Amino acid sequence: MTAIAARSADTPILSGRAGKRALGGWWIYLLLILGILLMVGPFLWMLLGSLKPQAEFLVSPPTFLPHAATSDNYERLFGKLDFPRFFFNSSVVALAVTVGNIVFCPMLGYALAKLPWHGKRLIMGLVLATLMVPAGITLIPNFVLMSNLGLVNTYPGLILPFLVGPFGVFLTRQFMYGIPDELLEAARIDGANEFRIFWQVVIPITVPVLATLGILTFLGSWNSFLYPLVMAQEPKMYTLPVALATFATGQHQADHGMLMAGSVVLVVPVLIIFILFQRWITQGIATTGLKG
Amino acid sequence: MTAPALVRRNDAGRNTAPVASRHGWRQDLTGWAFAAPFVILFGIFLALPILSAFILSFTSFGLRDIQNPIGTTFVGAKNYVDLLSDPKFWKALGNTAYFVVVGVPATLVLGLAIANALSRGITRFRTAFRVGYYLPVITSIVAIAVVWRFLLNPDVGLINMLLQNVGITGPDWLANPTLAMPSIIAMAVWRNVGFAMVVFIAGMQAIPVVLYEAASIDGAGRWQSFRSVTLPMLRPTILFMLVITTIGYLQLFEEPFVMTKGGPLDATLSVTMYMYQQGFAFFHQGYASAIAYVLFVIVAVIAFLQFKFLRSET
Repeated sequence: MTAIAARSADTPILSGRAGKRALGGWWIYLLLILGILLMVGPFLWMLLGSLKPQAEFLVSPPTFLPHAATSDNYERLFGKLDFPRFFFNSSVVALAVTVGNIVFCPMLGYALAKLPWHGKRLIMGLVLATLMVPAGITLIPNFVLMSNLGLVNTYPGLILPFLVGPFGVFLTRQFMYGIPDELLEAARIDGANEFRIFWQVVIPITVPVLATLGILTFLGSWNSFLYPLVMAQEPKMYTLPVALATFATGQHQADHGMLMAGSVVLVVPVLIIFILFQRWITQGIATTGLKG
Repeated sequence: MTAPALVRRNDAGRNTAPVASRHGWRQDLTGWAFAAPFVILFGIFLALPILSAFILSFTSFGLRDIQNPIGTTFVGAKNYVDLLSDPKFWKALGNTAYFVVVGVPATLVLGLAIANALSRGITRFRTAFRVGYYLPVITSIVAIAVVWRFLLNPDVGLINMLLQNVGITGPDWLANPTLAMPSIIAMAVWRNVGFAMVVFIAGMQAIPVVLYEAASIDGAGRWQSFRSVTLPMLRPTILFMLVITTIGYLQLFEEPFVMTKGGPLDATLSVTMYMYQQGFAFFHQGYASAIAYVLFVIVAVIAFLQFKFLRSET
């Protein structure tokens, strides 16, 4: 009885908005909410920890909410530990790397997608072959190279190797390949050269992809660790992750409040970017052909 | 792995391209002009280093050679032979394998479950849930590792505090050789499950609704339509995620670096971390390059096998 009733009730919905139909009940919401608490919990713990005075980490049992919230940890971070400098370093490196990628990658992407030239297949193969090379491979040769160029502990040393990357070419080429040739042909007939076509026809259409590339590149660079760990050996050139990891594994490893405040400084800019540009990031993942 | 397919597609495109003439020097010049900035930077900082790392792996390159790289001594396959009998390297390899074998399936299964719940299970608050689960993906692993180390702290950490409330005295997670790696795996799954979720949701959106309607008319329940519609249709996406996640997890570094320094008793020493130690703590850079290349070969072989076998099964 109930089965028949259920099926007949389904029928009109099926033809119309089946995607809107919820198959699950309240328990799915419950599980998902529990999951979200697990996801957000550590961030909350980080934030609360950053507001606790040092003495509060010594009491047993430990507290969840800070009893006497203080900005002391942040003051030490910015006053004594040179975090403004690390923040500046991270920003300079991430911005430069982002600009490099959104300028150079679409240029090659366009040449690969729409221009006929000798060597194109070779370059295409080489670039794509490096997509899955582990980052550790280039670390030592680049360190030796930078040492010989005198670029260890400099901004160029931190920036140059990341100004271009295979991901950006893959992303822009995939998109530009879908631009109709008729559009470019029309511009050619109007007498525009390839550089004008690229700048005035192709780039305006590609802006959403470039936004995605820019955001993902910025986040990747802001969070990167292994390479700056090797290339920034003097504290004044530390990026935020290097500074935080160095403090966390060194003399400040038990200074929980300060370390949580440091984590907040590292994470919050990224969260703001994510909340502002959430759509670009998730759409980018869906449109990159990351579907395989 | 994707290279041949893309190059082929590119060829087909050229045939249909409106430029009918054989391309002459002007077109070559234009093409290379667009390519030049990328190709130069790519060549110096990516392609050449990949080659030089290979050469370095056959030398005894060390601190004294940094200012005079040409003068280094070739030692043949010695580094690779030494690796074979280096217990620390095998330990690191075993730990990395443990991390991958447990971490990758856990990440994918959870990601798939959440994606399915968000696509087909519920209708409201989808965006809010998606943002929430994706949050850890974009944050710095270093920051997250610092926070998790504090969460797992035996005296002042949240996890043992919660366990205390239900009468359990929690262990010292990261100082226990048996529990340290599972703790790191839990953190990695927590951080990466959102990425798997977003990619799976994108894959699920491409599945025609008609298939679910047909399944439902045939009387398929929720579990059955997941098994007979979602899973087979999602196969390429799952394969892709399997390869990407495995490659990423094989390069485990930040988590043990910050949380355990590879300890206790090397229980969390990963291949990349061992490479870093050899290259930048002991300055055995020839040896470290050999470690990097072994990892590279493992990554390539695993990606190849996953593509070959899992794809042919369909």
